[in-house]
Amino acid sequence: MGSPGRRPGGGRVSPLLRARFRLNGVDREVDAPPMKRLLDVLREECGLTGTKEGCGEGECGACTVLLDGDPVCSCLVAFAQARDREVLTIEGLGGDHPLQRAFARWGGAQCGICTPGMIVAALALGPDPSLEDVRTALAGNLCRCTGYEAIYRAVRRAGGEAAAAPEPSAGAGT
Amino acid sequence: MRSAVSTLELRTPATLDEALAMLADDPELVPLAGGTDLYVELQFGTREPRAYIDVSRLPELRFIEERGWALALGGGATFAEVGRSDVVRRRLPMLAEAAATIGGAQIQARATVAGNVANASPAGDSLPVFAAAEADVVLRSAHGERRVPFTDFFTGYRRTRLEPGELIVAVEVPPVPGAQWFRKVGTRAAQAISKVVVAAVRADPPRIAFGSVAPTPVRARATEAALAKGASGEDVRAAVARDIQPIDDLRSSAAYRLAVAGNLVLRWWEGGGGA
Amino acid sequence: MTRAPQARASVGTNVTRRDGAAKAAGRARYIDDLDFPDMLHARTIRTTIPCGSIRAVRHDLAREGFVVVDHTHVPGRNVIRLIEDDQPCLAPGVVRHAAEPVLLIAHEDRERLWQAEVDIEYEPAEAILDYESSSITQTTIRIDKGDVDAALTGADVIVEGTYRTGHQEQLYIETNGIIAVPENGGVTIHGSMQCPYYIHRALGVLLDLPAERIRVVQAETGGGFGGKEEYPSMIAGHAALLALAAGRPVKLIYDREEDLEATTKRHPFTVRHRTGLTRDGELVAQDIDVLADAGAYVTLSPVVLSRGAIHAGGPYRCPNVRIAGRSVFTNTPPNGAFRGFGAPQTLFAVEVHMERIAEAMGLDSVDLRARNALRPGDETATGGTVGPDGSALQVLEEALGRTDYRRKRAEYRAAAARAGRGEARRGVGLALYFHGSGFTGGGEVKLASEAALETTESGVRILSSTVEIGQGTRTIHAQMVADALDIAYERVEVAQPDTAVVPNSGPTVASRTCMVVGGILRACAEEMRARLDGADPAEHFRRHGPLVVRRAYEAPPGLAWDEETYRGDAYGTYAWACDVAEVELDPDTWEARPLRLTAVCEIGKAIHPRLALGQIEGGTAQGLGYALLEEVVMRDGLMANAQLTNYIIPTTLDTPPIDAVILESPYAHGPWGAKGVGELPIDGPAPAIANALRHLGLDVREIPATPERLMEASAVGGVGAATVAPGAARELDPAAAGGEPAQGAGTPAREGGWGAPDGGPGVAA
Repeated sequence: MGSPGRRPGGGRVSPLLRARFRLNGVDREVDAPPMKRLLDVLREECGLTGTKEGCGEGECGACTVLLDGDPVCSCLVAFAQARDREVLTIEGLGGDHPLQRAFARWGGAQCGICTPGMIVAALALGPDPSLEDVRTALAGNLCRCTGYEAIYRAVRRAGGEAAAAPEPSAGAGT
Repeated sequence: MRSAVSTLELRTPATLDEALAMLADDPELVPLAGGTDLYVELQFGTREPRAYIDVSRLPELRFIEERGWALALGGGATFAEVGRSDVVRRRLPMLAEAAATIGGAQIQARATVAGNVANASPAGDSLPVFAAAEADVVLRSAHGERRVPFTDFFTGYRRTRLEPGELIVAVEVPPVPGAQWFRKVGTRAAQAISKVVVAAVRADPPRIAFGSVAPTPVRARATEAALAKGASGEDVRAAVARDIQPIDDLRSSAAYRLAVAGNLVLRWWEGGGGA
Repeated sequence: MTRAPQARASVGTNVTRRDGAAKAAGRARYIDDLDFPDMLHARTIRTTIPCGSIRAVRHDLAREGFVVVDHTHVPGRNVIRLIEDDQPCLAPGVVRHAAEPVLLIAHEDRERLWQAEVDIEYEPAEAILDYESSSITQTTIRIDKGDVDAALTGADVIVEGTYRTGHQEQLYIETNGIIAVPENGGVTIHGSMQCPYYIHRALGVLLDLPAERIRVVQAETGGGFGGKEEYPSMIAGHAALLALAAGRPVKLIYDREEDLEATTKRHPFTVRHRTGLTRDGELVAQDIDVLADAGAYVTLSPVVLSRGAIHAGGPYRCPNVRIAGRSVFTNTPPNGAFRGFGAPQTLFAVEVHMERIAEAMGLDSVDLRARNALRPGDETATGGTVGPDGSALQVLEEALGRTDYRRKRAEYRAAAARAGRGEARRGVGLALYFHGSGFTGGGEVKLASEAALETTESGVRILSSTVEIGQGTRTIHAQMVADALDIAYERVEVAQPDTAVVPNSGPTVASRTCMVVGGILRACAEEMRARLDGADPAEHFRRHGPLVVRRAYEAPPGLAWDEETYRGDAYGTYAWACDVAEVELDPDTWEARPLRLTAVCEIGKAIHPRLALGQIEGGTAQGLGYALLEEVVMRDGLMANAQLTNYIIPTTLDTPPIDAVILESPYAHGPWGAKGVGELPIDGPAPAIANALRHLGLDVREIPATPERLMEASAVGGVGAATVAPGAARELDPAAAGGEPAQGAGTPAREGGWGAPDGGPGVAA
């Protein structure tokens, strides 16, 4: 195969791209191959491992980041496509964001591997989302632990909307 | 075998003219827009390693507007943009519905109209809509622009009339003369690949297009004719069977696809359009 | 020194989850997030045929700078130590399934690994791919009570049926991964896992290293569901072989496709029931055949079969029971542990069968269940006794009341009869079930698990090899220890499972984390409290240095189990549950949309109610996927739909509101009364959903009930046409009246392969 991109003897053919982008509110300059997945650039070049890989095919949403405010699967985005744009990862929320607090408190995080992508996808929701809004906004994020109920509780409580709903507790009739 | 993406070249034109010039120079360049199909193929190694051209930043492709009598969708318009566009909702509501079924929010934010068309998957969710709406595909190269009627654009399984050096710059949709209907039957309620897609227009004669039931999206001419002349349910089903060539695959069976295609057409037709 | 004021009780409250904040912040470090200096990446080269032998393996990788390892590099025994040592770590020449590991390669550059080319030349042989026609038996189990043949002869009515369940993939969102680091004259393993000591033991055999040279450390683990019980021993073996060969750390992370193709799944089961009843619906005989597809190696199949067989009669009392279990070999990747461990398969069968019995006899299926449900003091299929905490009737009553079941049942049926063309129709169905807590029989005694507590500068630290995989281990263990020591929850640390630090508390499986390991920890805490004699643990630590208390499992008094005869108390106790499913069917597409799932679960005591609800809701959703969506398509012995686009698990929009209800009927020998909760909730959704579809006239006896299968079921026509002539003893198969072959859903050819049913078709009396 002599097509472009083949590396005879293992050497790289594609030159590295030096690109600036705004990462979690800070300007960054990174050198990486242009077609390298944004997911890998974030995890390897930028050292931000909060963004997870679950499938590599855009199905599970674990690698969700915001690109200019839109939720995207970072496993499907070329590094070059982030040039001059804004990228927000879970680390950009600082750890004490209302969504993060709500996920921790209301059981939205069980094994936790889908949690960063789930929270970032939920960020794209407006304030006080309805249950149907939440279900639609998170339909691209798979969770295998929670059955999604605890995630809804977390997202809706983060918005302060469902404060009136009773806390789950043991006993018949709860 | 998973592709070594670090070795792949990517050209990044700033304007459409620049992009067309690059494509004229190297017609082997593969356009990359939202990457929602392309990166999946790279992941599974089903795409030959080539050099790519990033068309996602071309402002000339990023529009949804009325052009004279037609609704024009830029090749770079994403399905999120399509889904929330007032003009799409007004003129082509079945496309807005289709857009909402394409992956989750993450996919809709990236996947583009031209990408869905160029990928030419028989399961492409927007394709039956364009077929039923009798849209044109607008193609441009360094040498000029041409238009291809949507249903002529697909020549076989994942094959199109796109020539080397050409880009899909727009899909143009003429006014649709009747109530529209869209139904996707997928593998699940969201993030689903379709097993059967139907787009239909209650016009005289009616228009029906199917996805996922043949090597290409199909316009169901025999079914349309049968409905127009008031054929019995049984005859309509027979016409559907002539229009489509469903297969057994990982996601469904030929028998299921055939039965569902017939059921949905009859439900739509007998249900008065709002079914 | 004075004791700190009495701490507020934390058991039964929703204290802050230990790992919640780190996970929500993206700070929790999973295996792929870890990096070691000079680390290589690795890839496994696998077979592409299901059966045969390897003639030659050709490559030029060593010359190209790869580290390459095959079976000849194994220093110890080339096996993955488990129940039987039949599974090689690297195929030595015989191929027993596709995706079997043959060669391991490592390189600094991951992309070079993907591009590496290895040519394997095979001598193919004929493969056994259909388990129902496999004649190679692996394990048999027999449960016998009373005289089944005589009871069947005397029964007023006999109802037969055959039920099938397919493979299911655990589909933890974090794929499997291990890093092996060569150090201290041996190897340290970091990874995603459920059972650090399984890996520890397996590596000793594989690498021929003494125990102290092997260290296994669990990384944060992104879900397991059984899928990380035994298979990580294989991956750890591979990474360790490469790391020792390279003298460098080696990271081996599976991508999703490899994880789907190569790792274990839930066993497909075929279960045949032949049930005798009195004419008013009392069970007099259960004759049950259970057949399991083990795949190409033994792995955990005997134990899965065992739990499946013990649960096969359902939560019902019956004086005469015969359960014959058999697992058979096929040339497919070995099946293994998955939440529920055989019980979801057999409980699906018995709960659909109960519905069909009621239908055939014209009885109310709730009444049928209530009449026969196990009550405290009743005898189980193995001759054990249901304890005073048994609560089958309570969960049934609660589920009925909560869902307004009887009214909906009547209303939906009437509405369906009126429904016009293309109109959606609704059905409602339920399943009553139970799940034995902890290991079967004498398993816990044999295992003799240990856990320990040590004092620290700020309180105490838990030392246990029971891992956190999302279920809340850290949190509930800390709660139990805090209360037993009467100190604040925040003062209890939980050590990361590391075989160099923590004792062997047994594997993190079998719904034993809370009840069994929690019980050992409570005993540790009680002993520590006594030894502290009123002193605060931190104060004691500062004055005397660390105080360590280590305890082993102690069996509750009065339990008796005979492994040879399968007689006695199979479990110390059971958790009980009743699920109600409401579904809507589109008659034009046969899409079944669940509208609401209710799971009423009696779990003894919810140590942390919010986490317990999470277990129930999550298990219910996983059960919903099992019922309707999840199908492993096998072609030539390999999973053909090994992508998340094609192996379909429920998204938010596929998962209806789940009403999870916790009831508490404390178990006398569980800590605070707790029983197991992890597995229970996956047992019920599939039969409840199948029964809701049956309510709509669809004869569902095989899952997943995909629209394609429902289309076939609807073509057969309505069910329940068969009725029993009063006083007439006759054999009934309700489906026979619907036009199907008398022997059930399958074709005679498929049925013939695994042993003729006792008596065969015909009249029983």
